[in-house]
Amino acid sequence: MPSVTLTVNGKSHTVDIEARTLLVELLREKLSLTGTHVGCDTSQCGACVVHVDGVSVKSCAMLALQAEGTDVLTIEGLAAADGTLHPMQEAFREHHALQCGFCTPGMVMSAIDMVMAHPEGMTEEDIRHNLEGNLCRCTGYHNIVKAIAAAWPVMHGKELVAAE
Amino acid sequence: MNAIFEGIGASVRRKEDLRFISGRGNFVDDINRPGQTHAIIKRSDRPHAKLISIDTAVAKAAPGVIAVFIAADMEKDALGGIPCGWQIHNKDGSPMAEPPHPILASGKVRHVGDPIAVVIAETRQQAKDAAELLDIVFEDLPPVATVRDAVRPGAALVHDGVTGNTCFDWHIGDKDLVDAAFARATKVVKLDLTNNRLVPNAMEPRAAIGEFDPMSDDYTLYTTSQNPHVIRLLMGAFVLHLPEHKLRVVAPDVGGGFGSKIYHYAEEAIVTWSAGKLKRPVKWTCDRTEAFMSDAHGRDHDSTAEMALDAAGNFLALRVRTLCNMGAYLSTFAPAVPTYLYATLLAGVYKTPAVYAEVHAVFTNTVPVDAYRGAGRPEATFLLERLMDVIAHDTGHDRVALRRQNFIPADAFPYQTPVALNYDSGDYQTTLTKALEYAKWDEFPARRAAAAAKGKLRGIGISTYVEACGIAPSKLVGQLGARAGLYEVANVRVHPTGSVTVFTGTHSHGQGHETTFAQLVSDQLGIPISQIDIVHGDTNKIPFGMGTYGSRSLAVGGSAMVKAMDKIITKGKKIAAHLMEASVEDIEFKDGKFSVAGTDKAKTLAEIALTAYVPHNYPIEELEPGLDETAFYDPKNFTYPGGCHVCEVEIDADTGVTTVVGFTAVDDVGRVINPMIVEGQVQGGVAQGIGQALFENAVYDDQAQLVSASFMDYTMPRADSIPNILVGTETTLCTHNPLGVKGCGEVGAIGSPPAVINAVVDALRDFGVRHIDMPASPQKIWSIIQAGRPQMAAE
Ligand code: FES
Ligand code: FES
Repeated sequence: MPSVTLTVNGKSHTVDIEARTLLVELLREKLSLTGTHVGCDTSQCGACVVHVDGVSVKSCAMLALQAEGTDVLTIEGLAAADGTLHPMQEAFREHHALQCGFCTPGMVMSAIDMVMAHPEGMTEEDIRHNLEGNLCRCTGYHNIVKAIAAAWPVMHGKELVAAE
Repeated sequence: MNAIFEGIGASVRRKEDLRFISGRGNFVDDINRPGQTHAIIKRSDRPHAKLISIDTAVAKAAPGVIAVFIAADMEKDALGGIPCGWQIHNKDGSPMAEPPHPILASGKVRHVGDPIAVVIAETRQQAKDAAELLDIVFEDLPPVATVRDAVRPGAALVHDGVTGNTCFDWHIGDKDLVDAAFARATKVVKLDLTNNRLVPNAMEPRAAIGEFDPMSDDYTLYTTSQNPHVIRLLMGAFVLHLPEHKLRVVAPDVGGGFGSKIYHYAEEAIVTWSAGKLKRPVKWTCDRTEAFMSDAHGRDHDSTAEMALDAAGNFLALRVRTLCNMGAYLSTFAPAVPTYLYATLLAGVYKTPAVYAEVHAVFTNTVPVDAYRGAGRPEATFLLERLMDVIAHDTGHDRVALRRQNFIPADAFPYQTPVALNYDSGDYQTTLTKALEYAKWDEFPARRAAAAAKGKLRGIGISTYVEACGIAPSKLVGQLGARAGLYEVANVRVHPTGSVTVFTGTHSHGQGHETTFAQLVSDQLGIPISQIDIVHGDTNKIPFGMGTYGSRSLAVGGSAMVKAMDKIITKGKKIAAHLMEASVEDIEFKDGKFSVAGTDKAKTLAEIALTAYVPHNYPIEELEPGLDETAFYDPKNFTYPGGCHVCEVEIDADTGVTTVVGFTAVDDVGRVINPMIVEGQVQGGVAQGIGQALFENAVYDDQAQLVSASFMDYTMPRADSIPNILVGTETTLCTHNPLGVKGCGEVGAIGSPPAVINAVVDALRDFGVRHIDMPASPQKIWSIIQAGRPQMAAE
């Protein structure tokens, strides 16, 4: 059985796995990080989004073996050690951007990558367009879009001029 | 008492959010039990076939496989079939056809996705691999794909002995009165329309874990359910023959339901029974593709509506005939949806004096159809509100004026409709006026002209609706065929130091009950919400309950809490009277304090609670110790939210793509506890309604193969296809529950689809379009535009 060595939320792991194991299966089943969810089998829903080396990735669309040597960040690793939430987590709570919470981990991870990738600012349309890979059945997206726009200035330390 | 106002009316941030934004939710698939095995369900890829043989030998010998079970194994244990919770009677008084619904297909498969066998192995992959090794011999039978196919003479029979594939042929209303009104009408407007079949697609796929404890003979089922007690009752009493005290059902965090997680599904029985056989936990988690072919679908109506009018445009009578799809088997509440949740709403917000509806329900070789967000009321609303615009189109009436003229006036409540319901309150003129104002209806012509200048077709549409929820008075639904009571239960436990745990029989799967209910308790008992926990979803913790659907949790479950808290306060007053040596009549309870009227003597709820649990100085002769009360609340009537939705669209004439550019909802949901949550509920419902109107469609081909069985083929609304949704509320109070609340969970999905289609038809008004069925896909619209292009220059 092959093994994979990777860092997840700052902790190094070496795990024996079947070659066909997906990254999301490794996280959920081997490392008990069940915050990352599986909502589909066609890479359409984004419930499984994590960061691999700082970039958002659908962990259902990547073999665990492909993550060899990478640094993976999941929803469980976002808050600071003292429990201080990431500004995106705060914004989701403040703006009621979640209902059942199932899509939320993937939404938050996608949203963080999106905001970091757009230091020049984002319009509401940009945010909606960038959320295309994440499905939410509960919220109608309205408050998710609001939350991301609200987190942008906190994350960049300047006002978001382009949005709204 | 509270530093920050967090009672009724405050947009308190949700208590449940921290665990979800931190990845610490506890969904069924997140749970793993010691010694757990994994189940894969082998499903039929044939829509309709005889099961000639199933050879399990090779699969059983595959690596890691523990067991393979088929129907014959269950028959040995004399397990029951999946029961139906509602019985409808035909026009002639005979009961509906109720063919057997086996847990695993027996003799025949009846839809793509019908479960045939369960393979249980040490790992999920091993079970999956072994399932491929099952050798199943089928003999194909001709399939019945649609309702029209089902009623065709000579159609194949989904169930032997169910003649004409008819489940029931039911009616409501006064046919003679309606016929007479049609005979004297000056104008009759007729419309044929379909309500497209939908897949609910909660983001969390269903999952279930069965567990058996040989020490106590106790079973536990963890399941993605909206109503764990209902599952315990149905599965325990009818399927597995397990008494309630030996069966615990846990529905932990559940990732959305929208109706699809109400029903008792075969997989729940399979994992529970298998766990008993194997003496090991058995876990099953649904794939999305599997969900498409095994979760109950929604809608799927084919209807004809006719309105009789007088010369002035007053409605005289409505006649409706609907053909609806039950799928291959009866799901738990399926028969109620196209009857008592649909046809009873056909008076709508209008004073139409006579209504007659016939509903013919048929079996087809498709996934069972049951309630999906709104359940029957969206179908009624779509029919009526499309009919309104078509009447306006055919008669030249203004569509707003036509509605206003026929509205039930605000001073006519309580209002008895001709189709059984008695609306307690509402004000349809006001919600319409507000919605038009917020949506800037009067300025629309300028926006249409501006769009036309850019080559875009812009349209605006409205929908004015009423629905019936807060389900439901037990006696009434019993008369209508429900095989259950629909009350709700609350247990309010004041702990010795004054904090409170409330156990509710409702279930939260996105609705935010942990917050809303805590606000309600805070308001009544005068303690901060940080001192209140709401517990749901575990039959071992909660006395009983009927769960969450039909926007009932606050109206019925919240009312049960109020009743239980009334008992707490009554008892607390007696304890306070004893402690402060006053008479009970002189004790007042306000802001968390029991005080003696006219004095400054007072005791806090915490002091009273401590006395109740440490009864040293206590009226022990008359009063039991403790401060823990349970109440059952059975509602007196349904609740009747209503309102007006306005949709504005822009169509690209070159591609036929519709963009929703504005959406305004003004809903009367009764008293609002948490405006933030209500707004979110409406926005989510509207997004699903826009999805139905423009994108979503469960498609079976003529061979009854489900061709839209993944997110690649079934178009879910995404962030860039939904606009910002402006939500307003206008309140008339419910007159028969203690809170005046009506319910907000489904209004968004009920009011919105016709508003969208009315806007699309309005955008295409120069192309001679009278009606478009849902979804109004780019292809449909493009074809209309192509056919009518020459007239376009006119605008
Ligand atoms: S699970 Fe749906 S995209 Fe990964
Ligand atoms: S919050 Fe339920 S799917 Fe997004």
